[in-house]
Amino acid sequence: MSKPVQQLDRVVIRFAGDSGDGMQLTGDRFTSDSAFHGNDLATLPNFPAEIRAPQGTLPGVSSFQLHFADHDVLTPGDEPDVLVAMNPAALKANLRDVPRGATIIVDTDEFSRRNLGKVGYAVSPLEDGTLESFHVHALPLTSMTVDALANYDLSRKDKERAKNMFALGLLSWLYTRPLEATEGFLRSKFATKPEILAANITALHAGVHYGETTEDFAHTYKIAPAVMAPGRYRNVTGNTALAYGLVAGAHQANLALLLGSYPITPASDILHVLSGLKRFGVTTVQAEDEIAGVGIALGASFGGALGVTTTSGPGLALKAETIGLAVSLELPLVVVDVQRGGPSTGLPTKTEQADLLQALFGRNGESPVPVIAPQSPVDCFDAAIEAVRIATAYRTPVILLSDGYLANGSEPWRLPHVDDLPDLTVDFATEPNGTDPDGKPVFHPYLRDPETLARAWAIPGTPGLEHRIGGIEKADVTGVISYDPDNHQRMTDLRDAKVKGIAATIPPIEVDDPTGDARVLVLGWGSTYGPIYAASRVVRRHGMSVARAHLRHLNPFPSNLGEVLRSYDRVIVPEMNLGQLAMLLRAAYLVDITSYTAVRGLPFTAGELADVITEAVLASNPARHSAATEAQK
Amino acid sequence: MKLDRPDLTSSSSASMPSAHGAASAHGGHGALSGAALVPSLQPGISLNRKDFTSDQEVRWCPGCGDYAILATMQGFLPELGLRRENIVFVSGIGCSSRFPYYLDTYGLHSIHGRAPSIATGLVTARPDLSVWVITGDGDALSIGGNHLIHALRRNVNLTILLFNNEIYGLTKGQYSPTSRQGKVTKSSPLGSVDTPFNPVSLALGAEATFVARTMDSDRAHLSATLRAAAAHRGSALVEIYQNCPIFNDGAFEVLKDRTEAEARIFHLVDGEPVAAGDQVVVRDDMGHLRVVARDDADSDRIVIHDPSSEDTSLAFALSRLSESTLSHVPMGVFRKVNRPAYDDLVRAQVDAAVNQAGGPASDADLDALLAGRDTWIVGG
Ligand SMILES: Cc1ncc(C[n+]2csc(CCOP(=O)(O)OP(=O)(O)O)c2C)c(N)n1
Ligand code: SF4
Ligand SMILES: [Mg+2]
Repeated sequence: MSKPVQQLDRVVIRFAGDSGDGMQLTGDRFTSDSAFHGNDLATLPNFPAEIRAPQGTLPGVSSFQLHFADHDVLTPGDEPDVLVAMNPAALKANLRDVPRGATIIVDTDEFSRRNLGKVGYAVSPLEDGTLESFHVHALPLTSMTVDALANYDLSRKDKERAKNMFALGLLSWLYTRPLEATEGFLRSKFATKPEILAANITALHAGVHYGETTEDFAHTYKIAPAVMAPGRYRNVTGNTALAYGLVAGAHQANLALLLGSYPITPASDILHVLSGLKRFGVTTVQAEDEIAGVGIALGASFGGALGVTTTSGPGLALKAETIGLAVSLELPLVVVDVQRGGPSTGLPTKTEQADLLQALFGRNGESPVPVIAPQSPVDCFDAAIEAVRIATAYRTPVILLSDGYLANGSEPWRLPHVDDLPDLTVDFATEPNGTDPDGKPVFHPYLRDPETLARAWAIPGTPGLEHRIGGIEKADVTGVISYDPDNHQRMTDLRDAKVKGIAATIPPIEVDDPTGDARVLVLGWGSTYGPIYAASRVVRRHGMSVARAHLRHLNPFPSNLGEVLRSYDRVIVPEMNLGQLAMLLRAAYLVDITSYTAVRGLPFTAGELADVITEAVLASNPARHSAATEAQK
Repeated sequence: MKLDRPDLTSSSSASMPSAHGAASAHGGHGALSGAALVPSLQPGISLNRKDFTSDQEVRWCPGCGDYAILATMQGFLPELGLRRENIVFVSGIGCSSRFPYYLDTYGLHSIHGRAPSIATGLVTARPDLSVWVITGDGDALSIGGNHLIHALRRNVNLTILLFNNEIYGLTKGQYSPTSRQGKVTKSSPLGSVDTPFNPVSLALGAEATFVARTMDSDRAHLSATLRAAAAHRGSALVEIYQNCPIFNDGAFEVLKDRTEAEARIFHLVDGEPVAAGDQVVVRDDMGHLRVVARDDADSDRIVIHDPSSEDTSLAFALSRLSESTLSHVPMGVFRKVNRPAYDDLVRAQVDAAVNQAGGPASDADLDALLAGRDTWIVGG
């Protein structure tokens, strides 16, 4: 029996349940199936820091939001059109984000007096009118799953566990998603547990059949594939893309990659991924702490490998002294900070951009370090390659600032061709490059390339170039210990000039201003790219002009940045901190910045940014006010 | 992509075959020495002390024990027969950590306490290097304590020389984690109340596979100990008693006087009774070690040194004989057992994965990695 099909252009679904309900997996699978179907998408997993908070409680709620559409998607969506709530806690924790008129699917089996009580519902919200303004599908998902599995020789618990597949089947039917990929996934996941495998597949199909037969759902929905650039695609999370970018960067530099890392959320997945890539010559050392992690990486770099260390904010704090040593040694080193909410332990599983100033200045002495930030999960790949390029070409530590949202969020990735990646081959010194006072050929480790100011890099094992370097100030050129005042001034200036000079090899910042007459510029960095872009579209749809630009390089800035900032009446900088980039821009360019900030552990919504931009546009040009209101009528 | 590591096969060394993979994969490698994968000098070429002496002016205080250690090292290094360019000294911060500047090898003077980590990364990336860590009692046991114990437990192929002067020299004389209780220093005017570490006991507790003690002024013993340490594959920790004439002069003076030393220094010699002069170490009824006059000792109870015993208890008990009065000081190799070196094991896993995949990754292999298993095509 087929039901009428309704065409939609976009849908935002949020799956929410107890940490043990498998919501991340359900969301991941729905994502893969949607990607496979050809929709563009973006995801936002949101889970508690506790591995298993007490069952059925608010702290134990885990959710996964997915925005998929027939056009290009920039954010995981402001508000869900559909909330799947597997228990009362999931409903309570997510309800305030759900707009009126949205669809809510709940598992009524979990709405027992006891479970309601755990989250302070005296009366079931399914019965007291709380959900009056929503389309509610109150379904006994658990018992329907258990019934569907009546013939399986499994414990009740095991049967109940398949309820997420029942829900996935139902949603897949509702949005006409193919199931083959999920079936294939289940087959490999449960390859050694045939009974569990069969039960999961049965539950998945039971969900589909339920949708087909029940009268609860009048029609299904179709979301056509998005128009995307031709090519081969996969879905990828930021952490995976970042790990692959590091491997690709090392491959292009023809260097062995050695990672020294200490586990920390939300960076650990990079360690996990790289640990599985030994086949690519990748060595991973799980260190005793973050200081050791970066020390191991730096030692490997001294030996001629590409040393990489990955961490989050608290770990970056611990690595500071060693990064300073790398600045002084002038050796390549890639430091990845996947930012999370701070200070201290802060919000380990939530996102924030508050380590920018730490990355730039969190070391003793004048210690310039290039800093770059990816703008989307997919962009983590290119940003990692760029970090490798700068680190190796300039013999410098580079800090790559990802964040929790990019790390766990995913989106379709048009696969690059390795052929097209830049050649990053490194020139090691193999011959003496100077003479001593007696005219004997010698190696000068701090003789610089006149263009990049990068020093000569000779690795142990190179005969005749034996030399000693360290964190004590070194004499220009020879690299021997020097306490000479003028030399220290000179070396400090050289290190500074070297990092500033990187600007010569980074593209100018591009401004997106379709109408060309915008007076307001929105400038972002890192993961705010999606929400800012989406918000700009909303504003433009309302007939207003706004310009938009995004920074990848936070140190040094692109050379044209000052000029761009000065050509607008107003510059808005939204950031998930208390205004760190804004402060840098004011200091560097003496321009006024409208700083818009929030630190709620979640990405901005396009809606809130659209309001901020609209207000600024209207304020900057009152004449437009009437035109805009006119357009809205 | 070409080789991801230096090509070791070009070396003339006889011990060069791709031994590390095979040896570590099978666990036991009694024969594999610390420098087994490090290129030797070409036949007919030998180096001497001068070849290992850098052009930098040595800047320790006059009379500092570090001079003697440096001189012994410069005399000893040629004996290894290794290529100079394949030897690296990595140090932390302290007077002792200036050591690498004075040796004409590769050297890295790093930051306080972190040398074991940096050296771990270096030697894991480069099996063809002989890597030495130079550290002080503060560097290794205060700020860098964590790195030291983890390097030892992992058994990274490093030779770690801990210059123990029982004081913070470079910062001008504060008590250190090995300073004896009651020690009056600038920061302990009424005497230190801290209980000191015994570096040998600590290393044994940290699962070290090679632990030895020697002294700055005993050139022959120091050389022999360096020789044994360099031959060991895995972490070798050598505690070197070092005099700081400026801030802790005479800390080991009683061990330097010939007659005093004879009564106090218990030389640890494999297969020999543990003895000093006319005293021997015996095991009492409770299993504890006691020092008794040789003439009074029941010969069955005399402790015969066995550094290769898997059981650490004897080595540990010997390490506890040392007292703050230095009346009984075992010197020599406490422990020397074979356990696969961390870096060999790590490389074996990587090498096996690379070999199994048919060699270093090509562009096509990388393309396949990026694509993963679930891809789709958008037309065009
Ligand atoms: C992070 C840091 N903290 C403190 C110091 C100061 N400092 C330098 S050396 C040292 C102690 C050195 O003592 P030890 O390791 O015993 O070496 P020695 O000078 O006695 O050879 C200290 C505290 C430093 N350089 N770096
Ligand atoms: S302070 Fe002591 S340890 Fe340091 S150089 Fe002087 S004598 Fe040697
Ligand atoms: Mg000391």
